[in-house]
Formats: sequence, C-alpha cells, structure tokens
Amino acid sequence: MTKEMNLEDRFQDYVDGENKVEPKHWMPEKYRKTLIRQISQHAHSEVVGMLPEANWITRAPSLRRKIALLAKVQDEAGHGLYLYSAAETLGADRQDLVADLLSGKAKYSSIFNYPTPTWADMGAIGWLVDGAAIANQVMLCRTSYGPYARAMVRICKEESFHQRQGYEITMTLAKGTPAQKKLAQDALNRWWWPSIMMFGPSDDNSPNSAQSMKWKIKRKSNDELRQEFIDKTVPQAEYLGLTIPDPDLKWNEETGHYNYGEINWEEFYNVIKGNGKCNKQRLEARNKAHDEGAWVREAANAYAEKQADRKKNETHAA
Amino acid sequence: MNKELLEYTLRLGDNALILGQRLAEWCGHGPILEQDIALSNIALDHLGQARMLLNYAAEQQGEGFTEDKVAFFRDVFEYHNILLLELENGDWGKTICRQFLFDTFNYFLYTDLLQSKDETIKSIAQKAIKEISYHAQWSAEWLIRLGDGTEESHTRVQNSLNELWEWSGEMFTPDAIDEAMLEAGIGADLNSIKERWHAKVDQILAMAKLEKPAEQWMQSGGKQGDHTEYLGFVLAEMQHIPRMHPEANW
Repeated sequence: MTKEMNLEDRFQDYVDGENKVEPKHWMPEKYRKTLIRQISQHAHSEVVGMLPEANWITRAPSLRRKIALLAKVQDEAGHGLYLYSAAETLGADRQDLVADLLSGKAKYSSIFNYPTPTWADMGAIGWLVDGAAIANQVMLCRTSYGPYARAMVRICKEESFHQRQGYEITMTLAKGTPAQKKLAQDALNRWWWPSIMMFGPSDDNSPNSAQSMKWKIKRKSNDELRQEFIDKTVPQAEYLGLTIPDPDLKWNEETGHYNYGEINWEEFYNVIKGNGKCNKQRLEARNKAHDEGAWVREAANAYAEKQADRKKNETHAA
Repeated sequence: MNKELLEYTLRLGDNALILGQRLAEWCGHGPILEQDIALSNIALDHLGQARMLLNYAAEQQGEGFTEDKVAFFRDVFEYHNILLLELENGDWGKTICRQFLFDTFNYFLYTDLLQSKDETIKSIAQKAIKEISYHAQWSAEWLIRLGDGTEESHTRVQNSLNELWEWSGEMFTPDAIDEAMLEAGIGADLNSIKERWHAKVDQILAMAKLEKPAEQWMQSGGKQGDHTEYLGFVLAEMQHIPRMHPEANW
C-alpha cells in the first residue's frame, strides 16, 4: 500500500514537472482507464463523425467542394486510426474498442447525432463543430500522455484546415443569393447550441474533470473552453452578417468576454441517452458496414495466412 | 471547335467523374477503416482527373462554360461514360471486380495517351498515369485476395465477375470517334489495348483462382450517350443543388 502510494506521489510529481508519460512508464490504473475511455471515445467520434458529412459527398454542389469534402472525411478516418493506435499503446485492443462502439456501450460525441439536411450544414459543421473540437484539441496537444499529445498535434493541423474550409463554405453562402444566405443562417441556428454543448456540462456538474485536471490530461475546464470558443466565434458570425441564435449574447466590458444565455442541458442529456434524430441511424450505419465487411476481413486474413504458409514451405524447400 | 475531340474529352472525363462519384458512396461504409481510406483516395484521384478533363471540355466549348457547368448541367444522353461505371456498387467484391476490369483497361489507355498529339490530354495522362498504375495494382491485389481467400469470398467475387463481364466489352469497341482520334494521333488504339487487357486479365484471374467468363453478348452504348437506368439517379443526386440554384456560386 505504502509503496503504491509512493508510486502515485512520484507519478504526480512527474506530471507536475510537465513531463510526458510514455506507454512503458508506471501509471495509476485509473489514469490508464480514463485515457483509454477518453481516447477511444475520441476515435469513435472521428469514425461516426464521418457519417453526417459523407452524407453530402455525392451531392456537393461543385467538383471542387466534392473533392474537398471527400478529402476531409477521409482525414477523419485517418484521425480515427491514429487515435485507436494511441489507445492501443495503453494496452487496449482496437477490436474490443470497436465492439463496444457497435454494441452501444461506448460513447461518441453526441454532436454527430444531429442531422445534416442541407448543404449549408457542411459549412456549419466545419466552422462550428470543428471549431469547438479544435478548442479542446489544442489543449490536448499538451496533455500529459505522450502518444495522445503527439497524435493531437497532427490532428490539430488538419482540423484547422477543415475549420477554415467550413468557414469559407459558410462565407460563400452568406455572401451569395438570398436563398443561400437563408441556408447559412438556418444551419447556424441549428448548430450553434449543439456546438457549445460539445464542451460538456458546466464545471460543477462534470464529475471526472477535477482528477483529469490534476493529472494534466485536461488543462482547461469545460466552461473556460466554451467561453474561449464563443469569444472567438461571435466576431466571425458578425463578419458574415449572420445572427447567432442567442438573444442574451452580449459583450461584457468588465469581464472582457461575451455573456451567453442558458444552455438547454435537458436536450444535451436526451441526445446522449439516444433521443437525438440520428442516434439509431449512426449506429446502424456503423454496424452495417462492420457486418457486411465481415466476409472481406475473413478473406483478407485467410489469404494472408495462406501466403505465410506458402512462404514457409518455400523456405523449407530451399 | 473540333466535335470529335470534345466528345473524346468528355468520354475520358465522364468515366472519371461517374466512377469517382460511385466510389465516393463507399466513404464511411467500407469493410475496414484502412480500406475506406484507400478507396476514398482512389475516388479522389478520379475526381481530380475529372476536373482536369471537364475543364478542358469547357475550354473547348468557349465562353460561359466551366467544369461545373459541364458536370452539373448535362442530362443523361449527353454523358459519355461507359456503362460499366454507372452500375451500382454492390458489395465490396463487386466494386473490386469493376475496379479491376476498368483499372486494367484504364492503365493501358493512359499509357498510350502519354503519346497523344493533343498537348492537354498528354499532360493530363502524364499526371494521371502514376495514380492509375496504383489503382490497377490495388484492385488486382484485392481480386487475388478475395478469389484465393475463403470459399465465400471466392464464390462472391466469381459471381460478380460473371455478372459484370457483359459490361466489359464496351471499353474495346471502337466507333467513328475513336477511329478519328486514333487517326489524328490523339486517341489510343482500342484493338491493341484489348489484346494487352486480355493477357493481363488472364494472368491475374489465374493467380486469383477465378474462371474467366465465356465469350458472350456485350452491352454497349454509354460512350454514345445511350445509358442504363442507373445514370439518371446518379445525376439526380449529383446535380440537384446547382440546378435548384442555377444563378448561385458555391
């Protein structure tokens, strides 16, 4: 017991000294578990997050937009891969993690349970959803677990590009025909609140936050990150001539931040519980791809085994 | 304006666009994340080639034409892709089969187009050939893996091969436009490509332990604008937003 506590203290000192924890280092079991949960949820979010946007690739309104969107969704698949690999450095198995996603046991970011009914949603997702994700991910570039921090550095570069792309789609619509401008405003109306909910519940209702902050997995609170995002995004909306759907949004000279209205946490918890418009479709789509791909994965494995046997026989013959 | 060159350019561009569009349907739904990424890459290559070719088609038509106008404001009978590429994706095995039949053809076609006397087509071929060589290698490897994988994968991919075979002949059936382009030193000799294609296909099918379907009636018409029922749906999905807002920029 004493030895264990001693190790925990030493771990805390190590983290407090701004050192990175690496896969082979000793770490508290709860640190490991928290990270596996967080990184795998993040990986699942990338993979499920492909769906609401992949939905628009075949309908993108220009060839340039079609290519950019396909490349973006492909980047998300790549982020999923890095993150599953980062989780595997902690001893998790990718197949088990995916099985938990498919069974509904593991969570992914609730934002992807909202639908993308119009092209303008491709702009709003890039601008707002990726924007909110980046606020969180920039912080994670300095997270205490080395492989996660390094994966984040790479992911952040691509995410900033996606965000600019989303803002540019929204700008083209906002400066376009009256019908296009209406599409952009409608998408902002639908994505604003879900985006600011992405940071999670307020600090006083976020049970795991304190320990994660202590271990420097997290470095800023949910409310701090949310405020940063709002402060950055309001002028961007003003520049586009679009209106953020919050009548209480107001610059506060004293604090140097925007005040914002009450968040509807009931909606947030409802979508997490499975009552979003797309919860079922998203999970069904992942399960369908997995089930219909089973014979392909089996064939690839069978062929690889045959090839290995053939190689072995050749070596024996020689 | 050289009408034959324009139609030849559209044939090349429409093949790339319609196949890219079909492959993009797989994004997010592939059997393995790594292969989802690979197939998206291939779709991106085709769409990139489509942009260059349709932009060239727009230039040939003069003022007021753009790659997007060419892609989004033509109807079914004005599209010149081969029929094979507009068929539905089916399962992974059918998609691989279609890729293999077409990629092998496309590899020989673009190899010959490297010698094209049309400078634009030649330079597009120079850029595309690296991508197309990779596509041909990738789909041949997958065909072998599935053909020589499990009993189920073998049966599935053999059935897909049998089903798709009647759509493969159109690639090698020259018409007046192909002949005019060959004579002008712009296009490729489809009879020569046909021979090289059969030799390569025989070799890969043997490695994949798959049987080559018997000689049979071959479908044709896509190149001339005579399509299956599938293309209308592909275009409806692809074109509806720009057509709803014809005055808009995106």
